[in-house]
Amino acid sequence: MSAPTTTGRDPGAGRETHRAAGGVDRTGEPILSVRGLEKHFPIKGGGLIKRTVGAVRAVDGLDLDIHPGEVVGLVGESGCGKSTTGRAILNLQPATGGSVKFQGKELVGLNRSQMRSLRRDIQIVFQDPYASLNPRLPVFDIVAEPLVIHGLTKDAKELRERVRTLVETVGLNPEHTNRYPAEFSGGQRQRIGIARALALQPKLLVLDEPVSALDVSIQAGVMNLLSDLRDELGLAYLFIAHDLSVVRHISDRVAVMYLGRIIEIADRDELFERPAHPYTQALMSAIPLPDPRRERARQRIIISGDVPSPANPPSGCRFRTRCQKFAHVLDDGRRETCMTVDPVLEDRGAGHLNACHFAEPLKVL
Amino acid sequence: MSSHGATAVTPSSRSTGGLTAGGTRATSLPGFDASAPLLEVTDLDVRFPTEDGSVHAVRGVDYSLRSGEVLAIVGESGSGKSVTSLAVMGLLPGSARVTGSVRYRGQELLGQRDRAMSGVRGKGVSMIFQDPMTSLDPVYKIGYQIEETLRQHDRSLSKKAAGARAVELLELVGIPNAADRVRSYPHEFSGGMRQRVVIAIAMANQPDVIIADEPTTALDVTVQAQILEVLQTALQETGAAMVLITHDLGVVAGIADRVLVMYAGRPVEIGSVEDIYYEPRMPYTLGLLGSLPRLDAPPGQRLIPITGSPPSVVNMPPGCPFAPRCPLHVADCDVAEPERLLVGPDHTAACIRTEQVAAAGGDAHAVFAETASDAGLVGVDQTSPAAPEPEQSEHTGGPTGTGSVVSGVGSPTTSTGDRA
Ligand SMILES: Nc1ncnc2c1ncn2[C@@H]1O[C@H](COP(=O)(O)OP(=O)(O)O)[C@@H](O)[C@H]1O
Ligand SMILES: Nc1ncnc2c1ncn2[C@@H]1O[C@H](COP(=O)(O)OP(=O)(O)O)[C@@H](O)[C@H]1O
Ligand code: SF4
Ligand SMILES: [Mg+2]
Ligand SMILES: [Mg+2]
Repeated sequence: MSAPTTTGRDPGAGRETHRAAGGVDRTGEPILSVRGLEKHFPIKGGGLIKRTVGAVRAVDGLDLDIHPGEVVGLVGESGCGKSTTGRAILNLQPATGGSVKFQGKELVGLNRSQMRSLRRDIQIVFQDPYASLNPRLPVFDIVAEPLVIHGLTKDAKELRERVRTLVETVGLNPEHTNRYPAEFSGGQRQRIGIARALALQPKLLVLDEPVSALDVSIQAGVMNLLSDLRDELGLAYLFIAHDLSVVRHISDRVAVMYLGRIIEIADRDELFERPAHPYTQALMSAIPLPDPRRERARQRIIISGDVPSPANPPSGCRFRTRCQKFAHVLDDGRRETCMTVDPVLEDRGAGHLNACHFAEPLKVL
Repeated sequence: MSSHGATAVTPSSRSTGGLTAGGTRATSLPGFDASAPLLEVTDLDVRFPTEDGSVHAVRGVDYSLRSGEVLAIVGESGSGKSVTSLAVMGLLPGSARVTGSVRYRGQELLGQRDRAMSGVRGKGVSMIFQDPMTSLDPVYKIGYQIEETLRQHDRSLSKKAAGARAVELLELVGIPNAADRVRSYPHEFSGGMRQRVVIAIAMANQPDVIIADEPTTALDVTVQAQILEVLQTALQETGAAMVLITHDLGVVAGIADRVLVMYAGRPVEIGSVEDIYYEPRMPYTLGLLGSLPRLDAPPGQRLIPITGSPPSVVNMPPGCPFAPRCPLHVADCDVAEPERLLVGPDHTAACIRTEQVAAAGGDAHAVFAETASDAGLVGVDQTSPAAPEPEQSEHTGGPTGTGSVVSGVGSPTTSTGDRA
């Protein structure tokens, strides 16, 4: 698997239209560097001795760099391994292979206590604002907890100040910190989760579907907040979502995942204007536009079937069983290549990295 | 909301229709009037008695569905979309207090006995739920379930003919190897394939109306695109009209003829799909469209949230239910709940300030603040709205009191609320 080198390969980098990317310097060392990441879950057979009979290859060779202050969106359909990637990066579920370096330091293989100091720098926010907060604690305690655990404030007064500032930072009323999560809406609970994640002043936030459970009118406020925080605090995000419109909105760079791997990655505008992998094209094409005239005038690429099981991915290109190009465009000789050769993630002349032997940029939107 | 329907649409409870296949179903049930609107819902009201008081889930829904049209019902979760449709189908739990009128081809359905209703269900009106397992029975083969549906409405249909028709239906909804797959059980299918089977069942008896409640919400977008195509096929094949419930404004844009926007148990705007997307007149509709991150707009543009949350439908205060979140709110809004008024041909909106909304020209930025904060509490009076603004052509941020933004940990540029 070729390692993505992030310097000087993206023609879209530094473009002026790319508002968010303006401040991201990708010439230096990445803050996070993932190489060949693997997370396989054993499948146990029946019977008395539960032997391992196979593996769910949830993440199966994933390379990714994130630079300081950069927002990288990770998008793909459910089950493609996005959450597993996020958890493996944080070592919440140890990787079964590969390397995760944070500021140059290897995380794979570290034990709990070795992880603890690093946890300050990498925090995660989960999708479900209802399940991720302790309902029996007032908001003050929820936000203060990480500060207390890490002994980061010298007295109660400072703790109160810090919590107050954090709560204000995420757009909540600091007078409400004595209330319990149940008194807040879904969007507000997600903000509480973000305040807690910010408490230790991390450098990287892994956001796993942070707005997917929210109604759009509420989601918009949380998205604005995340944009602001990133601008103000210089945070880097790994922004995980299944919704391409949400990912496009916030990301500097976007990685598209399919069956445990990244199959295309590019600067945001580059990816949306010139998607080159057939899966990326189909994904973009499938999203209905909230504009009746445009939506009805569109040509749509509809791919057939469902995602195959990650326990038994297809040989060669993993996407071939659903690929519109494979089914309708390629001749037998080329199909043979798709069936036998696993395409690596590399630049094939599209100006960015993709994993399709016959990738060709196509305007979809 | 699968819990309501869980018992309702399995083949066994559809049962006992006395219709003959091929007959003109419009006249085959006494009291049905072929010339009447297909489905006419008037002043539908649903309350659920609970320990905390009466949950007023649906508060006066009116709509009429015309032959062959697709009416979309959109709105945030909890706005009463599902309860409205379950009430139409007679599928609400016994505790629900339902009043108003639901007429199918002129015949009143509310208050009908189960027996009469099941004649309508499946044959006249059929339903598709978000979770396909609401309609499928895990212990029976797919083919058998389709055949049962067919035979319940046509006792004279032979087993063989029903079997052949089941295969045909599965082919129509795009199930490969249909002749073999009739022998599969639901668990042998993926979510998308199960939803295809449910659509096959829903179209089995050539219904006049298909009500689909979030039929693609649980599916991935590439599968959603497939299912939306299958739904269109089903409509073409049966000539049925459809009520499509969804929260996805993209899906609506592609398929609906008319749109009903629900808020806090009521329709607040009804119009053609073009009216709703290009000339919304209710601030909520404008706000909803403005809050979407869109693939068809320049990226990086700031989104426009609607601050606060929908009101609790347990004890609603008087006045406009959207008032606490509405940037155009004035004192008059709190006097009485606005009626839906005609704002254009076949286009109604429940707001006393629709001219101000019209002045925004469909641009939510002109009316709503681009705030990043959300400081009000659920169920707590979150607004002390500013004094009535004289002219609302200027966008003043933060009339809801939450628009101006806090300063954070070293935040130089946080005044997100007041970009005018
Ligand atoms: N603890 C686990 N044990 C076994 N399989 C798992 C486990 N967690 C996730 N998986 C499987 O790994 C794949 C990827 O899951 P996930 O990372 O949650 O996907 P995504 O977040 O993209 O929806 C799925 O097939 C899922 O069923
Ligand atoms: N069986 C029930 N008992 C009490 N409240 C209910 C019941 N079913 C629905 N509700 C309430 O009715 C309201 C409308 O629900 P619903 O129609 O499911 O919303 P939507 O489909 O728009 O998300 C919600 O507040 C919901 O909690
Ligand atoms: S009536 Fe008033 S409060 Fe209600 S929506 Fe219209 S302007 Fe807003
Ligand atoms: Mg996930
Ligand atoms: Mg619902």
